[in-house]
Amino acid sequence: MKSLEEIKKIREEKRAELDLRVNTASNSREKHILVCHGTGCTSSKSPKIIENLRRIIEEKNVENVRVVQTGCFGLCAKGPIVIIRPEDVFYSLVKPEDAEEIIEKHIIGGEIVERLLCKDVDNSVVKKLDDLSFYKKQKRIALKNCGVIDPENIDEYIAFDGYKALEKVLFEMSPDDVIKTITDSGLRGRGGAGFPTGKKWEFTKIAEGDQKYVVCNADEGDPGAFMDRSILEGDPHCVVEAMMIAGYTIGANKGYIYVRAEYPIAVHRFQIAIDQAREYGILGENIWGSGFSFDLEIRLGAGAFVCGEETALLESIEGRRGQPRLKPPFPANAGLFQKPTLINNVETYANITKIILNGADWYASIGTEGSKGTKVFALGGNVVNTGLVEVPMGTTLREIVFDIGGGIPNGRKFKAAQTGGPSGGCITEENIDTPIDYESLKAIGSMMGSGGLIVMDDSKCMVNLAKFYLGFTVDESCGKCTPCRVGTKRLLEILERITEGKGEEGDIEKLEKLSRNIKNASVCGLGQTAPNPVESTIKFFRHEYEEHIKEGKCRAGECKALMNLWIDPEKCKGCGLCKRNCPANCITGEVKQPHVIDTSKCIKCGTCITKCPFHAISNK
Amino acid sequence: MDEKRCEGCNGVDVELEEMLHKYKQDKSNLIQILNEVQEYYGYVPEKAQKAISEYLGIPMAEIYGVITFYARFTLKPKGKYHVAVCLGTACFVKGSEQILERAKSRLGIDIGETTKDGKYSLEATRCIGACGLAPVFTVNDEVYGKATVKMLDEILDKIDSEV
Ligand SMILES: Cc1cc2nc3c(=O)[nH]c(=O)nc-3n(C[C@H](O)[C@H](O)[C@H](O)COP(=O)(O)O)c2cc1C
Ligand code: SF4
Ligand code: SF4
Ligand code: SF4
Ligand code: FES
Ligand code: FES
Repeated sequence: MKSLEEIKKIREEKRAELDLRVNTASNSREKHILVCHGTGCTSSKSPKIIENLRRIIEEKNVENVRVVQTGCFGLCAKGPIVIIRPEDVFYSLVKPEDAEEIIEKHIIGGEIVERLLCKDVDNSVVKKLDDLSFYKKQKRIALKNCGVIDPENIDEYIAFDGYKALEKVLFEMSPDDVIKTITDSGLRGRGGAGFPTGKKWEFTKIAEGDQKYVVCNADEGDPGAFMDRSILEGDPHCVVEAMMIAGYTIGANKGYIYVRAEYPIAVHRFQIAIDQAREYGILGENIWGSGFSFDLEIRLGAGAFVCGEETALLESIEGRRGQPRLKPPFPANAGLFQKPTLINNVETYANITKIILNGADWYASIGTEGSKGTKVFALGGNVVNTGLVEVPMGTTLREIVFDIGGGIPNGRKFKAAQTGGPSGGCITEENIDTPIDYESLKAIGSMMGSGGLIVMDDSKCMVNLAKFYLGFTVDESCGKCTPCRVGTKRLLEILERITEGKGEEGDIEKLEKLSRNIKNASVCGLGQTAPNPVESTIKFFRHEYEEHIKEGKCRAGECKALMNLWIDPEKCKGCGLCKRNCPANCITGEVKQPHVIDTSKCIKCGTCITKCPFHAISNK
Repeated sequence: MDEKRCEGCNGVDVELEEMLHKYKQDKSNLIQILNEVQEYYGYVPEKAQKAISEYLGIPMAEIYGVITFYARFTLKPKGKYHVAVCLGTACFVKGSEQILERAKSRLGIDIGETTKDGKYSLEATRCIGACGLAPVFTVNDEVYGKATVKMLDEILDKIDSEV
């Protein structure tokens, strides 16, 4: 147990000690080696890097250096990432064997290890994180502490204003003050629907009930999205603190966070955060003598996308099949165990403490008219810098894909980007300058969604993409209502036929009609949005559907049944890359001579298309 | 454990009993317990279903309904080498389908199946959160990022040569 005075003392002392983390001008004698311990870098062996660094430091008795594990830095494609502070030197693609040189040369010798520096998209060598074009247009609010603090150390969180917003709320603000601040900030839900957060808090506050609950939705079902995971892995306490503030505001003393079991690191870190907060007396009874009590529990999801839908999530927390409930009543009135319940997304919570501390006006000054603050996106697909980015609302897709993302790799062309995952739609070249906010994205037939942002180049077939998303929905439909259960299957069957070259005249119209029916008649958001990828690809790429149906042609070369590859002898330079990578060994040719594919043996895996540096391989 | 064994746990493994007793006898703990059992055994064996049913007072049919609803729970044991190819959007766009096809044809099994000798099982997962390294596949706990069909071949070759 720590008193409020003790917490304040920790904050002061730790903040001074950790100043070098955020102040490049710090004249501290100490150096901190920050190693990314997010899921991406962990799977490319960053724990081993940490182990090696620590071992070598001990063996060589190096002083004034500390190895710190942090959350995701965002540029996962270049991981594992190691950053040395205060000088802010950024090392990328680090291997466990590099630990020795980092210690010897950089820490002891004071010289930069040039070969580990990161190359920017223009091929220039960059020394500091802030100099990378990837970071230049970003603004970190929700991710503020990610990559700065050790997420498993509550003192480091406290050092950077941690639990200060809670203190302010408990001792200086009434619940109505909090609601007014959140409302005035303009914050809207980051889980997808964009409902005004202040309003939701107000509804739950005025709802009558002897017991209320605060729930955090960390199910993050959109495949290819990892914003919430990164926040939980990199800064779990900011979610704990925000849930407590929410509890105080709506009158709840108990919270649940529902996390995907597929995120073991996030679950582990969040549990540590809960344990540490309990140990410090931050979670518990009569916190700091304020009279407010709060406790928090983790509940695991088990791989059902529909459980991200708020009422299905509640069913799942209660231990049942995650089938959505009919609304109304809304969770604010009858939620978990039929009690008034506030449900917000992880990223929504991650904004709360900053709004309380910096004020509603500050937050409302960022973003656009109707969408305030920032949005975190998981940038993936055919883009150079895959990773996690946080940008002010109103940033354009072009800025995200080209300035931050570094554009499309392998000299290919941008074709489309999908936001909103399986519920969303695609954005094409013609709309690439649309500012990203809730309304603008809706207006062009897509949606904000939770933050998945998948970029596709011209080797991607949009019919196949629609089929992919529908395959996902069919798997994930909970089966409760017929339009969704049966309708999405029908959509998928038609799409399968088209991609197999068996499309029929009138199929496009059938898809359109069926889509409308499913949207109108489904019970929950899953069914209501499932046809979006179909509708949006038809809207922007109708000609590709028609080519598949009428000409039996897939211009992208992705649809296997329509695949008939050949190597253009004019373009082939005879480099042999395709041959070396062909798993069926069906490409022949001499060095510097045009190569040929034996189509009778080709298993249509498509590897050669992506491997050829000269784009010589295509569909006949 | 000092206390006398709980009735529902009579005759079950000690590990299972310990897993159950970590949780209160509250129906809402069903999914928590199933997750733990799945993690420990690699599937949810029938004996565990029975024990959970008694411990939480939930009918077997309902437990079965929950197990089959959630993709993470399986009723069959996995192979010694569990190959899981990510079919999340980020991986799909980077060509993970080709890796999955290759795994299917090499192992001669479909998604969700185990080879007759129990050596391999195959799964298609939805995003394991390493999207920055897409496409991604895993063999047991090892994650392979920026994967190719060749890479899968090499890893399976290596496992095969280890016999
Ligand atoms: C099919 C479906 C899946 C959803 N998945 C998620 C999810 O993974 N994470 C999330 O925060 N919200 C998800 N939502 C939205 C939630 O229902 C809910 O609106 C949200 O958690 C509210 O929090 P917010 O107001 O902070 O955004 C999903 C909705 C639907 C219909
Ligand atoms: S729309 Fe689909 S996911 Fe939603 S309740 Fe109906 S069947 Fe279930
Ligand atoms: S598609 Fe695959 S099998 Fe066919 S030629 Fe290309 S690499 Fe070889
Ligand atoms: S990779 Fe392209 S250029 Fe090289 S041999 Fe193959 S087809 Fe020719
Ligand atoms: S996981 Fe390391 S930078 Fe994202
Ligand atoms: S989509 Fe494959 S790891 Fe996320």
